[in-house]
Amino acid sequence: MKGQQIYQQVAFLGLRLSTLIIISVLGLIIWFLGKRGVSALSWEFLTQAPRNGMTEGGIFPALIGTLCLTLGAIIFALPLGVFAAIYLTEYAKQGRLVRIIRLGINNLAGVPSVVFGLFGLAMFVEYLRFGSSILSGSLTLGILILPTIIRASEEALLAIPQTFREASLALGASRWHTIYKAVLPAASPGILTGAILGIGRAAGETAPIIFTAACFYTPRLPHSIFDQVMALPFHLYVLATEGTHFEKTLPLQYGTALVLLGLVLGINLIAVVIRTRLRRKMRW
Amino acid sequence: MISRKGKEFLIQNLFLFFASISIVVLFLIMAFLFKEGLPIIEVFSPLRFLFGKSWYPTYEPPEFGILPLIMGSAAVTLGAIAIAIPLGVATAIYLSEVAHIRVKELLKPVIELLAGVPSVVYGFFGLVVVAPWVQDLFDLPTGLTALTASIMLGIMASPTVISISEDALSSVPISYREASLALGTTRWYTAIKVTVPAALSGISTACILGMARAIEETMIVLMVAGGAAVIPRTLLQPVRPMTANIIAEMGEAVHGGEHYSALFAIGVVLFFITLALNLLADFISHRFKETGSATL
Repeated sequence: MKGQQIYQQVAFLGLRLSTLIIISVLGLIIWFLGKRGVSALSWEFLTQAPRNGMTEGGIFPALIGTLCLTLGAIIFALPLGVFAAIYLTEYAKQGRLVRIIRLGINNLAGVPSVVFGLFGLAMFVEYLRFGSSILSGSLTLGILILPTIIRASEEALLAIPQTFREASLALGASRWHTIYKAVLPAASPGILTGAILGIGRAAGETAPIIFTAACFYTPRLPHSIFDQVMALPFHLYVLATEGTHFEKTLPLQYGTALVLLGLVLGINLIAVVIRTRLRRKMRW
Repeated sequence: MISRKGKEFLIQNLFLFFASISIVVLFLIMAFLFKEGLPIIEVFSPLRFLFGKSWYPTYEPPEFGILPLIMGSAAVTLGAIAIAIPLGVATAIYLSEVAHIRVKELLKPVIELLAGVPSVVYGFFGLVVVAPWVQDLFDLPTGLTALTASIMLGIMASPTVISISEDALSSVPISYREASLALGTTRWYTAIKVTVPAALSGISTACILGMARAIEETMIVLMVAGGAAVIPRTLLQPVRPMTANIIAEMGEAVHGGEHYSALFAIGVVLFFITLALNLLADFISHRFKETGSATL
């Protein structure tokens, strides 16, 4: 028994060490980018266009571009995702059809982001002739976040107690009326969480938008959904891998990385906070 | 005026239509990848494409052998899972079996939050911090190597491994642990002989999905793997994984040309590799699922 105890001490030490390594590495990355990036941040950095061949100035067009792309993606994916989740939780009977649909959703979630990019290029940019534009990029990102939205909405709908539905149906309401008036309002905070997570995912993706929406540099803001835009993640990639001015633009790179990181983590944090408060509140 | 029943029927089928969109999209993705990628197979036999040892798309005549790209992907993925799986599973066991409930409740959301860090940010960190470090440490001509990519991919994939493994461990009924501890075993013995085996299907799923994340990751390998399309002998060489190659060359490939088609064909290969991994993960998590205390 004593040997076992010592064995356990050693093993637990190993587990603690692993946890410490992962947490400290992840913490170090964020701390490092925060420290280097914060000195590059200023009001001008956030509100001005890049200047002098992107070696000076700010990231305003990239911020606006990312905003357009993520908004477009969520406008497209949220209704589709919620409707799909309503079918799966409220209407579908367990069976082969539902299994196939679920398999489809799971596999769509696993499609590599670069493949979404290829698909967007082949279908939206070339076949439907939308060109490299906000529309093409938004549709591509929308498809990418669809599984996230469906899963979160499904989870939210499943969390609504059966009694909500029974009470409404007992009053003579139709099935759709029950869903629309009793189930959806109660599930809306959970659905919102899913939407926010989707926005966070769409804002940080690079590979799907390179050939469908993003351009290196444009000082003008988009006027229509058929315009190309700059985007934050692509801007960071361009600055960091463009060889000639690497040293000179380093502060801009740190600044862009921090803004992107802050934006995505901030969005996800909002989702986590809503979810945590929801779990505390939902005692039905 | 449609009857109430008719209206309900319509609405139900409308929702069914929306639910089927995921499958429709999946088929559309396949259709468009094949439409653009198949022409290269007519010029280059599938075997020569998959196992050809040289990738020279701009030579005259061009060579489209993607074995170096597949090996590049394999090298960085193996390196990544060598980091992410041991550390990730150990951390999951710690959070689920050892850590105080408060520590767990603090760290779990933090780790889930970190799973959302954009990959281009990891790529950037690898470029400015890890690459110079690897270069100095091993005295290399360049720090952009398979090892650098492996480290960043491992860090990126570990939150996925931790999160899914921890869910699996936490869902093992507490009665399993109590039964084992009541027999006088230590917590470590219980964890390793009872809890981990009971959660093994979930942990395996976590490892496969972590691996899939590493294979499909694009920006990190594009930025730090070095980009040399040669079959690597060691992890200290630059490599050019499949995903990085698509992004790196798509800009210069002529639309509809052989090169363009070859890049889509790489997309087809990637699509089926990740599809296979996802189906495997799905199969394991369903097939070997513990369905309650009666199954043991």
